Amino acid sequence: MKVLRDLLRDYRFTASFIILCILLAYSSLSFFSPIDPTVWVAIARDQPPSSQHLLGTDSRGIDIFWSGAFAIRNSLIVALVAGVVSRFITIPVAMLAGYKGGMTDRVLMFISDSFLVIPLFLIIVLLAVLIRENLSLVTLGLLLACFGWAWDARVIRSEILSLRERGFTQTAILSGSGTMQLALKEYMPFVTPLVFATLINVMAWAIGLEITLAILGLIKLDIPTLGTMIFWALSYQAILLGRWYWLLTPVILSVLLFIALYWLSVSSSEYLDPRSRIQRVGQSLRA
Amino acid sequence: MLFIRRYLIPRLIQYVLVIFVGITAVFFIPRLLPTDPVARTIAELRSRGSYLDPASIDAMVADLTEMYGLEGSSFDQYIAFWQRLFRGDFGVSFFQFPTPVIQLIKAALPWTLGLLLVTTAIAWTAGILLGGVAGYFNRQGWSRALDVLAMVVRPMPYYVFAFILLLLFGYIFPLFPVAGGASIGRQPSFSWPYISDVLRHAFLPAMSLIILGVTAWFQTMKLVVQNLNAADFVQYARFGGIKERRIVSRYVIRNGMLPQITALALLIGQIFSGALITEIVFTYPGLGTLLYNAIMTGDYNLIMGITVFSIVAITTAILVIDLLYPLFDPRIRYN
Repeated sequence: MKVLRDLLRDYRFTASFIILCILLAYSSLSFFSPIDPTVWVAIARDQPPSSQHLLGTDSRGIDIFWSGAFAIRNSLIVALVAGVVSRFITIPVAMLAGYKGGMTDRVLMFISDSFLVIPLFLIIVLLAVLIRENLSLVTLGLLLACFGWAWDARVIRSEILSLRERGFTQTAILSGSGTMQLALKEYMPFVTPLVFATLINVMAWAIGLEITLAILGLIKLDIPTLGTMIFWALSYQAILLGRWYWLLTPVILSVLLFIALYWLSVSSSEYLDPRSRIQRVGQSLRA
Repeated sequence: MLFIRRYLIPRLIQYVLVIFVGITAVFFIPRLLPTDPVARTIAELRSRGSYLDPASIDAMVADLTEMYGLEGSSFDQYIAFWQRLFRGDFGVSFFQFPTPVIQLIKAALPWTLGLLLVTTAIAWTAGILLGGVAGYFNRQGWSRALDVLAMVVRPMPYYVFAFILLLLFGYIFPLFPVAGGASIGRQPSFSWPYISDVLRHAFLPAMSLIILGVTAWFQTMKLVVQNLNAADFVQYARFGGIKERRIVSRYVIRNGMLPQITALALLIGQIFSGALITEIVFTYPGLGTLLYNAIMTGDYNLIMGITVFSIVAITTAILVIDLLYPLFDPRIRYN
């Protein structure tokens, strides 16, 4: 509770927390949705916002309010799969590189550097072109997970490097704990906050890339996501025809989501890094 | 000599290795997937309603297999792939049929290069200066205001931000052209009307890249400088009565700038991807739009060509930045 109270002193945390709660509540409405957002022309098309259709309907005869709810849910699924699965690459790579050092470190960091350096967007596009029919939410998440680990592995590795030099590492080794045990029991608690902060960043990155790929028509277009909503609005010329509510709904939702995720990540990692925390909240916190 | 042995040669080896690994990955990943590009192309032709008799399908399969370089074992294909790359041969485009891919890339490259170099230079310099000053005077109101502004803009992905600018200045306040690199039918020349036309067309894509870039550099630079404020040499300069303006420009920014050069090298790949995405939003006639057309027409050779070309270009750019780094940092001496 105290942690939450301290965090809430940061306007960015408060704002992102509220926005995320609202977006999550909105997206969980999709579980009770009266409509199926993949069925076309079940209701009248091109209706402006009204009491019956809060945000109107699109040119495919799908209610925009409800497809927005599904879109957030599906985009978050992609983001979560990409984020969580990429942790399974990031953490072992970072731990191995940081703890073993030497040749292992150099090889692993060379691989992660190559991932950072190469224009990943193009490679993801190349892959997406080849499997576009089969690119469902989970496959997309997995695909992004394969590419979203490199930067975080670097960040976590440098944390491990400093942990390795601390006294408790020697104590643990001398009392006979193996590498696995050392990594999981001794280092994991230190690294967990960092893993969480970088996880949010990867989620935001995945949502952004999902939108970009969807607009290029490279994912399954009948699943409502933030990206496919923009895709359909663009392909039916929603701007020129003055159907701003159709296009603005996914755009505003995604902007809110990006800001909320970014602020959550920045404020929580600043909180976790004591140096900047002192700068921010003043000396009172240390007492 | 020590410079060459300690620094240059390992760096060059790394350079060659990254290109090698990247291109090898680009070659093998499609072959690991359960899709057959030849079958796909034929299926796509059929789905567009053209009737094909079995004999012509067989002929087509043979032609496409040769064109995609799918003859022989994977290893033979791999060798042939490198041989073609060294000759600068990326095959022919399907979307503009007999035109070689390399020619399309060459035509699009000046647009991308111009946009990318100018915007990156402006964004980096402006971000460093602004971040440096704002970081040094971080208790002032305007510095905090800039910080909040950056916090709002920073999380936007390239596509969404460019799109918002497109909506704002293309449709709501139609001040700038929203598509193309120059007005249709205008002959390229070194005259003011043509150059101003090009600049007007470049304005929105450039703006979206610059604004996103400035906020990113601003934020990292501000953070670095805030930590420098407590450094001994800054305190010393302050106690010594050196003017604040001089401290900022000569000591703080100079020092804080160095990690940003390394960061530029690390981020140039992402910046490049961002430029491609921005071009797609504004149909700017560079590599991004070429890529978009290639995706829309399923032009596999062209996508492959753009990818391979970009890997080489980006790694080379990073190598150049890395090799230039010692020029900016007087502490690094190799002999």
